[in-house]
Parts: sequence; C-alpha cells; structure tokens
Amino acid sequence: MSRKRLRLYLVLATLVVLGIAATLILRALNEELVFFLSPTQIAEKQPNAGQQIRLGGLVEAGSVKKSGETVAFSVTDLSNNVRVSYRGLLPDLFREGQGVVVQGAFDGAGQFVASEVLAKHDETYMPPEVAKALKESGRWQETEGKGTAQPAVTQ
Amino acid sequence: MATGFNIHRFANPGRFLRLAGALLPWLTGGAVILFAVGLYLALVGSPPDYQQGDTVRIMYIHVPSAWMAMMGYGLLGAAGASALIWRHPLADVASEAIAPVGAGFTFVALVTGSLWGKPTWGTYWVWDARLTSFLVLFFLYVGHIALTHAFDERQRGRRSAAIIAVVGLINLPIIKYSVDWWNTLHQSESILRMDGPSIDPSMLWPLFTMIVAFTLYFFAVVMTRMKAMLLEARHRAAAFAR
Repeated sequence: MSRKRLRLYLVLATLVVLGIAATLILRALNEELVFFLSPTQIAEKQPNAGQQIRLGGLVEAGSVKKSGETVAFSVTDLSNNVRVSYRGLLPDLFREGQGVVVQGAFDGAGQFVASEVLAKHDETYMPPEVAKALKESGRWQETEGKGTAQPAVTQ
Repeated sequence: MATGFNIHRFANPGRFLRLAGALLPWLTGGAVILFAVGLYLALVGSPPDYQQGDTVRIMYIHVPSAWMAMMGYGLLGAAGASALIWRHPLADVASEAIAPVGAGFTFVALVTGSLWGKPTWGTYWVWDARLTSFLVLFFLYVGHIALTHAFDERQRGRRSAAIIAVVGLINLPIIKYSVDWWNTLHQSESILRMDGPSIDPSMLWPLFTMIVAFTLYFFAVVMTRMKAMLLEARHRAAAFAR
C-alpha cells in the first residue's frame, strides 16, 4: 500500500471514528441539548417549585389576560397546557397562536412565573397580502405554526 | 495512482495562476452586478414579511453569510484533507486563503443573526443548539488561523491546522440538523426542505440572487488571496536565488 493510500484511509478512518463518537455523545446529551420542554414533558417530569426551566409551546388562543403590567397566558402543545404569568415587556411577535419560549419556575401554587418571554417564529416567510389571501381562501391552517406548533414531536 | 487522479492537474501553481487569471474578472464582475441587483431586490423590490415586517430584510445578508460560512468550512476541510493525504502545496495555500474569509462570513452571520434575534425573538443571544454550534464554527475557524501561524516552522503549523480543519467537519451536519434534532429557538430550515421552500417566491428569488452574489464574491476573494500568496512565494524564491 502506498503512503498516500495509507494516509487517505487514515483520514477516512479518523472521520468515521469521530462521527461515531460525536453521535454517541450527542445522543447521550440529548436531554440536555433541548432548549425547552413542552407542557407534556413538564407534566411528566413534575419539576420542583423554584427550579429554573424553559417552557416552549404555543400561546393558547383566547388565554391572554392583561392586568396592569402583569400578563397571564397559557402555553399549550395541543395536548397539555401550563398557565404562565409574566411581568415585563413582551416581544413584538408575541400573540395568540404564536410559538413562545418562556423561562422561569413554578411557584408553590403551581403557577409558572416567567422571568423572560421569547417569541419563536416559524420557517415560513411571506408578504402580508399572501397571508391575507391564504386566510381568505381557508388554506391558512396548513401553513400556520408548522415549525412551532409541535415542539413535543421533535423529541 | 487512482486516488489523486484529477486533483494533480490543478495542483500545479502555474496552471492555477493561469486559471485564476482567466476566472477572476468574471467572478468579480458577476459579483458586482448580482450584488447591485440583489441588494435592490432585497431592500426595495421585495415585500415585508407578514409577521416581521421590514425586519425580515436582515435575512438577505444573514442567510447568504451563513451559507458561505458553511461552504467555506467544507472547502477548508477538503483542502485540509488533501493537504494531509496528498501533500499538495496548493491545498495549504487554499486553506490559508479560505480560513479568514470563512471566519469573516461566520462573524457576519453571528452579528446579523443577533441583530435579527432582538426584534423577532426578544433576545440577542440564547444558548440553543443552532446558535451554539454556529459559534463553535467560528472558534474552529479562529483556531485554524491561530494554528497556521503558531509555529516558526510553517509546514508544522499548516499540518496542525489541516488536522483541526478535518476534525471540525463533524460540526457541519450538527449545525445543519441542529434545528431538527433538538428543539431550538432558531426556526427550522426554510430553503432546503423535503417539501420545498417555505419562503414565498417574491422573497425567495431576491435571496437566491444574494446567495449567488455572495458565492461569486467568496471565490473571487479566495482566488485573489491564493494568487497573491503564490506570487509572493515565487517572488521570494526568485529573490533568494539571486
């Protein structure tokens, strides 16, 4: 075997071994690498009061209630939901039906108190007129929230 | 030698210089024209987004920069591998030419992404899988540049840098699929999807124009840098011989 051939195999073998190692590490870390937990996962895990977690899902339609600086809303993954209360500025994209990631902890009474609310936007980009036309023609449902509606299924 | 069949043809510096001389005016001219068209389309000719409004125009810089950062690292890894395997001097020159350009595009993608994140997500930065793996890409580029210049003996530095380039290739699929494998704040893929792009054509075409402009610019800059390095080496060798 020529030296060049040997080096080629060496580089390829290194890449294969590294690939396997990276896969194993990332699989082992899978739980830690998720950015947020869905309401269903939170229902399963039952985190302790005061434990900092990130919760992700959709702002449930009709659930947003503002009173002064405090806003309360439900985050849902369409099978479970969590009541959230938050004091502070909301991002521009925050609205009902929108994907959000909120950071905070449960208080003693089972209410999720958020310290930060981030809006998640999906991978769909279109001009306002197209969005309007889609809504009018009744085809809106298929495009809305494709990426953000089901954070739970990415697990 | 079956393994190095056609790479050797371009490994000759003289042949590369002739090829670069012929290609450079086209790459540069194409980049200038497409940048003019693309910027007009991106800033004026394309509609605002239904949710983000005019903020979406950051996409026309952010997405092409990120693509160039990824493509640049792919090329860096390939150049590193051929430098290690076939010891082509031109592969070392290519690596040295690509690394700072790729690092620059990575930096632009990180900064524009951050500026885009604030008005849309409500934060400049989060440690989700996509953002973190992309930051790692920047560190890989920086590490490559540092290693190249870390040794008095140039060849030793180039060899070490080639190894980090090849090893870092593992990060590319992680970046690409991070938004599918884990839930992230960053949205998932809009262009290279199984069911077609989820960007409206009125925004997709300006974006494609910008991506092609960025690509031509990338190769124009890399080729110019390689040309300068080869001419410098030739000049030094001539001065030495005198």
